[in-house]
Amino acid sequence: MATFQFELVTPDKVLFSGQVDQVDVPGVDGDFGVLAGHAPLVALIKPGVLVIHEGGKKHRIVVLGGFAEVNPQGLSILADLASPAEDFDRAVIASQIAETEQKVKEMEQGSLLDRALERLDHFKQLDTHLNSTGMH
Amino acid sequence: MASLKDMRVRIAATKATQKITKAMQMVAASKLRRAQAAAEAARPYAERMDAVLQSIATGMAGSDNAPKLLSGTGNDKVHLLIVATGERGLAGAFNSSIVRLAREHINRLQAEGKEVKILTVGKKGFEQLRRNYEKNIVDRVELRGVRVLGYSNAADIGQKVVAMYERGEFDVATLFYSRFRSVIQQIPTAQQLVPPKFEGKVAEGPAASYEYEPEEEEILAELLPRYIATQILRALLENNASFYGSQMSAMDNATRNAGDMIRKQTIKYNRTRQAMITKELIEIISGAEAL
Repeated sequence: MATFQFELVTPDKVLFSGQVDQVDVPGVDGDFGVLAGHAPLVALIKPGVLVIHEGGKKHRIVVLGGFAEVNPQGLSILADLASPAEDFDRAVIASQIAETEQKVKEMEQGSLLDRALERLDHFKQLDTHLNSTGMH
Repeated sequence: MASLKDMRVRIAATKATQKITKAMQMVAASKLRRAQAAAEAARPYAERMDAVLQSIATGMAGSDNAPKLLSGTGNDKVHLLIVATGERGLAGAFNSSIVRLAREHINRLQAEGKEVKILTVGKKGFEQLRRNYEKNIVDRVELRGVRVLGYSNAADIGQKVVAMYERGEFDVATLFYSRFRSVIQQIPTAQQLVPPKFEGKVAEGPAASYEYEPEEEEILAELLPRYIATQILRALLENNASFYGSQMSAMDNATRNAGDMIRKQTIKYNRTRQAMITKELIEIISGAEAL
């Protein structure tokens, strides 16, 4: 199976860099999978779980927002915060939810509020998702 | 002439100073290593961000609905200078060289009849700029309590900048910080932040025609604040490494100077002591001869 270059970078480090078979990305407009030879694409990422398929193994990585760029060289994801699912600290989501809820209360009607609400939904989805799969 | 006791006290005081500078040098050296690693770790993200934004920007060039953060207001009247310095002194010329560069810019802009607004990050820059430009300082950020500089610190500053821009409070923003080259070389740098000027060369060949998900405008609206935050973060991290580098070499110098002083003072002390012994001997001998 054809592989392609994948890089996952956060503001403070390069979390993953190497040849992979497939990456499933939680896009804002829906999840999508990237295989070798994908068309050039720039997409926003919502908080969710990223799955890297590498030589039969699967790595699950929690990302909290960011964006993905596919170009002929490969896929790079710039995430605000990313951490392998097994050592992800659930408290981070809880605090993000609390923070966003606080913001929503203070905000006025408008597109910013819509976006914040959307973000809140994503966090809650991610939270329940992580809870239901029982990962620790 | 100072008495022997005074001289002993002097030497002891210089030795105590040397101990302090030596300790500070070692602390700076160990912090430098961490700060340097952090600055280097932040580079890939910032470079990627630069590349992505640049390719989108070239794709959008000339289009009317490009966001203002990218294309500028079309004016050049009000300049915002974001001056990032350290929180502490005792770091050689680190803080003052950044402030000097900022001051040159301010004077030039004012001579051209532009309005200047200043946002200081770090206590030292605020203190130094306050003397001459108190009324130009619109806001200040202090990072004193921050132990590890992170993306969120930069994002907070970035939000302030974006909010000011959206209220139409400035046309051009420039960021001042010190770029870390090596322990002995830190370069004060001015970087234009809004509208962004891309450092890297333009991507070779026609840019790939991207698909956007969601719309281009929406992505840019998310991307630009993030771009600004990333650039600020990079500046803060470079600054941090520069600070410790500068402090390390300053303290190394101070330690060496203290060593020189101790040597000189000790020689002087010994000579004085010797002179007194000789003088006493002469007095005793001549006293004995007189008998």
